[in-house]
Amino acid sequence: MAADAAVKVSRKDFVSDQDVRWCPGCGDYSILANVQRVMPELGVPRENVVFVSGIGCSSRFPYYMNTYGFHTIHGRAPAFATGIKISNPELSVWIVTGDGDGLSIGGNHLLHTIRRNVNTQVLLFNNKIYGLTKGQYSPTSDVGTKTKSTPQGAIDHPIDPISFALGCGATFVARTIDVDAKHMQQVLKRAHEHEGTAFVEILQNCPVFNDGIWDELQDRKTRAQSALVLEHGEPLVFGPPGEKKGIVFNSGIPSVIDLADDDDPVARGVVVHDEQAPAASYAGVLATLQRPDFPLPVGVLRAVEKPTYEDMLQRQVDDAIEERGKGDLKALLHSGDTWQV
Amino acid sequence: MTATDSTSHKNSEQIESVAIRFAGDSGDGMQLTGTKFTDETALAGNDLSTFPDFPAEIRAPAGTMAGVSGFQIHFSSRDIHTPADRPDVLIAFNPAALRANVEDVRPGGTVIINIDSFNEKALTRAGYDGDPLPDLRERFNLVEIPFTTLNREALQGLDLSSREIDRCKNFFALGVLCWLYGRPMDATERWLGGKFKGDVLEGNVRTLRAGYAFGETTELFPTSFVVPSAKIESGTYRNITGNQALAWGLVAAGVQMDREVFLGAYPITPASDVLHEVARFRHFGVKTFQAEDEIAAVSSTIGAAFTGNLAVTVSSGPGFILKQEALGLAVMTELPLVAINVQRAGPSTGSPTKTEQGDLLAALFGRHSQSPLPIIAASTPGDCFHTALEAFRIAVKYMTPVVVLSDGYIANSAEPWLIPDVDALERTQIEFANPIDIGEFLPYARDPETGARPWAIPGTPGLEHRIGGLTKADGSGNVSYEADNHGRMIQLRKDKIEGIANDLPPIEVEGPDSGELLVVGWGGTKGSITAACENAREQGMSVSQIHLRHLNPFPSNLGEVLGRFEKVLLPELSDGHLAMLLRSKYLVDIQMLNKIEGQPFKISELMEAITELHNR
Repeated sequence: MAADAAVKVSRKDFVSDQDVRWCPGCGDYSILANVQRVMPELGVPRENVVFVSGIGCSSRFPYYMNTYGFHTIHGRAPAFATGIKISNPELSVWIVTGDGDGLSIGGNHLLHTIRRNVNTQVLLFNNKIYGLTKGQYSPTSDVGTKTKSTPQGAIDHPIDPISFALGCGATFVARTIDVDAKHMQQVLKRAHEHEGTAFVEILQNCPVFNDGIWDELQDRKTRAQSALVLEHGEPLVFGPPGEKKGIVFNSGIPSVIDLADDDDPVARGVVVHDEQAPAASYAGVLATLQRPDFPLPVGVLRAVEKPTYEDMLQRQVDDAIEERGKGDLKALLHSGDTWQV
Repeated sequence: MTATDSTSHKNSEQIESVAIRFAGDSGDGMQLTGTKFTDETALAGNDLSTFPDFPAEIRAPAGTMAGVSGFQIHFSSRDIHTPADRPDVLIAFNPAALRANVEDVRPGGTVIINIDSFNEKALTRAGYDGDPLPDLRERFNLVEIPFTTLNREALQGLDLSSREIDRCKNFFALGVLCWLYGRPMDATERWLGGKFKGDVLEGNVRTLRAGYAFGETTELFPTSFVVPSAKIESGTYRNITGNQALAWGLVAAGVQMDREVFLGAYPITPASDVLHEVARFRHFGVKTFQAEDEIAAVSSTIGAAFTGNLAVTVSSGPGFILKQEALGLAVMTELPLVAINVQRAGPSTGSPTKTEQGDLLAALFGRHSQSPLPIIAASTPGDCFHTALEAFRIAVKYMTPVVVLSDGYIANSAEPWLIPDVDALERTQIEFANPIDIGEFLPYARDPETGARPWAIPGTPGLEHRIGGLTKADGSGNVSYEADNHGRMIQLRKDKIEGIANDLPPIEVEGPDSGELLVVGWGGTKGSITAACENAREQGMSVSQIHLRHLNPFPSNLGEVLGRFEKVLLPELSDGHLAMLLRSKYLVDIQMLNKIEGQPFKISELMEAITELHNR
């Protein structure tokens, strides 16, 4: 069992012995398969991987991973994960949450984990609905969404997960789609490589309570028109051959231009993607690109470096030991004014 | 009895004990003055007990009753247990401080006022209709000292603003008190030297010494007083408050168990000082995490426990309640951690700086469903240290969250503390689950003796497993919806917690082993109850006492001990939480003495109840 570099680990090594109990056709199956497929390629011994979740359909995820796992309470997974990562910075800590768990009851914890830049991966499955409680609207549901709790339509203005993460000061923000295996695996690897909180929104279909909301992004035929696939250093171009389009900024305001197949997009003024842009405002504008007026950006919107919380905390411990010597209990108890009787 | 102090021109009188209360505006430095006088008193070898009593507002409007902050110290040449019911001496810095406190002073006691602050405007602001001093001169030994003026005179020529000069006047008063009770001032001067520089240091030291010299020369004090050192157990002593002792106990647990300590907390009165104190000890490998809220504080703590740290979270009533859902998860996942509740007066925000024992039932029953966990309570400031160690001992041995109850009174009170011998403290070697020892790994297999499940921490190859809030299958810990299993797991956890009773020292009775009246207490009321019981026995009453540290489970001989007495009195700073538990478990007719005023028991209140019940 001991970690032996020579032993090749495969997807099977990350599959637990528990029966998966999501509804047939749930997007979570595909996400689980892709995570299990990526794991062997990350080079992290299985015993050093921890999956932490809150409550909801997505939060059953840890039970199906043959790693360490903690299915916690509603919305609090980021706080549990923070304690885990601080206690043992060697661990690769993955937070699995949903739009309700992460952005409603747990919005506060997500905010603070991201701003502290705790080195964890946050996978937020966004299906714009509460599934496990049987179909109430969520904080990402569109205005007008009719559910059991909103028979006349939702009147809340939805929150965009990507804009939320950017607003929290996220150092890594990405979006991917449940059924796009190749793209998701790339994004997951990038998220793992990132030192700091890596926030990944995964567009996920709920076939029971909110079926079809991501259809145009999931369907290969329509994806080329509806998704803007981000590549660092490449122009923001989308659309199938013959219908190519590009994103240009006029005074920071984005708009779409048509491109001929032999056009040089850069020469036409199409923006070149820079995930390392020092100012978050660039990724912030990308986040405003929403259907149906714009293609939805998928891929890494932002990836910048900042010290991680647990490293800085460990450094304070190390500095304190260097300055004062390793703590001595007897000396502590006898410090300051004492007297003999 | 009088004796001549060789360094003084005045006579000094020997007394057994004295209680002094310092009172002024929140910004007058009363807590600091009291603390420094306490340090000097401890070094003089007296037994002592203190009671800081301050408003929740940081600086309420100057001169108003709302802003009055007080600090009481009781010191003695004999063993004492409380800060005393009534002060013998009151130092009032303004009319509001006088009005708020003077009726507490023992009739005929000494009242020292800063006469400079007694003008018509200040008297009106304090709510006095006329001049209260003529009446007070009749009833007390009123000493009128112009502290403000004398301090200004002493600090002439220093490069300080008039505001900075006036802020030193509390140290003039401290100097006067040091002379009056023969306290050395070296420790205070040392402290000042470490705290201030230049003219601010010079100003404070100068006014302190000027106050001392004033005491020596003034006609206002014909004699000084000597309180000889107390005859208490020999050893090395220091002063300690409950919160400080709790913090040190947490650090000590890490040393004695050779594991890193993780403290997750969110600031809340009166528990924040534990976080502040532990944060100073990073060189012990301790990590403190100020979370975004109480829920994140406990959640991060559970995460740290899962990862193998000695994990602890600390808060007070309102924060503790927010932690209950997560504590239920810790019960379900059977992870070792300590949740400290420094209780304060409620409900809701209540009186944050005042004390109460109102959270016992919440600690026991405040989570949904059957969610048992051990509860232990600290009884004195120094006891907080040992309580922290005991909490971790139980948590780790039985794989369970443990609740520690302290309270606002012992949290902020100071007492001389016999420093324990570190080499004699229990050392525990923590054993994590090891894949070599185990064939098939069962995360919910149980130790046959303790009922504890293995502590298998991430990073251990071969023990990868999943835990969570869903009902666990016995043994494997997999998610289970089977009806029999559900009941069995509830019972196994219950048995595990109840079994801890076999691991607790039996209760020992102070006073007669059986007989007429047993006084039962728990938590921070120990000092007052002990003092009252000792008084009662000195007066010839047959009164016994037990004080509970373990509130869940109870020590196994508790029922038998209760049965040996005709009457049982249970004083509580609540409407009777422990009384309810003892009545239902042991069917004993408990007589309650309940006080919910945000203040600790006075010895006289307890004496009255003891005498009444004894003679009934």
